[in-house]
Amino acid sequence: MKNRLKILRAERDWTQGDLAEALEISRQSVNAIETGKYDPSLPLAFKIADLFGMAIEQIFINDKQGV
Amino acid sequence: MAEKMSLHVRRYLKRIAVLMLLYLIFLFSADYLIDNEMVSDAPAYILAFLAGLPVAGMFWAIGMLLIEETDEFLRMLLVRQTLIATAIAMASASIWGFLESYDLVPHIESFWWAVIWFFGLGIGGLVNRLTLGAAGPG
Repeated sequence: MKNRLKILRAERDWTQGDLAEALEISRQSVNAIETGKYDPSLPLAFKIADLFGMAIEQIFINDKQGV
Repeated sequence: MAEKMSLHVRRYLKRIAVLMLLYLIFLFSADYLIDNEMVSDAPAYILAFLAGLPVAGMFWAIGMLLIEETDEFLRMLLVRQTLIATAIAMASASIWGFLESYDLVPHIESFWWAVIWFFGLGIGGLVNRLTLGAAGPG
């Protein structure tokens, strides 16, 4: 699944480590999500969305809808 | 860049260190006392059992890491590692068992399958690294 995590993080001038710390996950997890190698669980997706003050679908892109 | 080791991984490593120490103590005790015929019967059984127990404990330690790890991505990596390790060890044991039963290969003592399982964890970590960018917890 594609996502805008890297862009959102860059806009805030956060490192992967900063984001990992805010989400209480590992930096490897942030990297895997950003690169689309791992799709987070729904609770983690909500946590990410809450952190950026956005809805999940504004961060994660549904490939099947081709948005 | 070096990754900060999680609390769970540090706890896992401590458990493994203690188990390794116990393994060495029990193994050398069993080797020395049984090989030199200083013990026999029930004490010999107990010593041999004790030598295997810390190895069983290592499976427990990996299971505990799986339970305690709160990072879902790292937990998934560890699950993949253990599945790959299990596939390698069980497939090897099955094939070797048949080869052995037809006297085509020499006998292997069964604790070696545990060793192969641990080796399989390393292979699993490598597969994770190549496909998902990270080997596993730690």
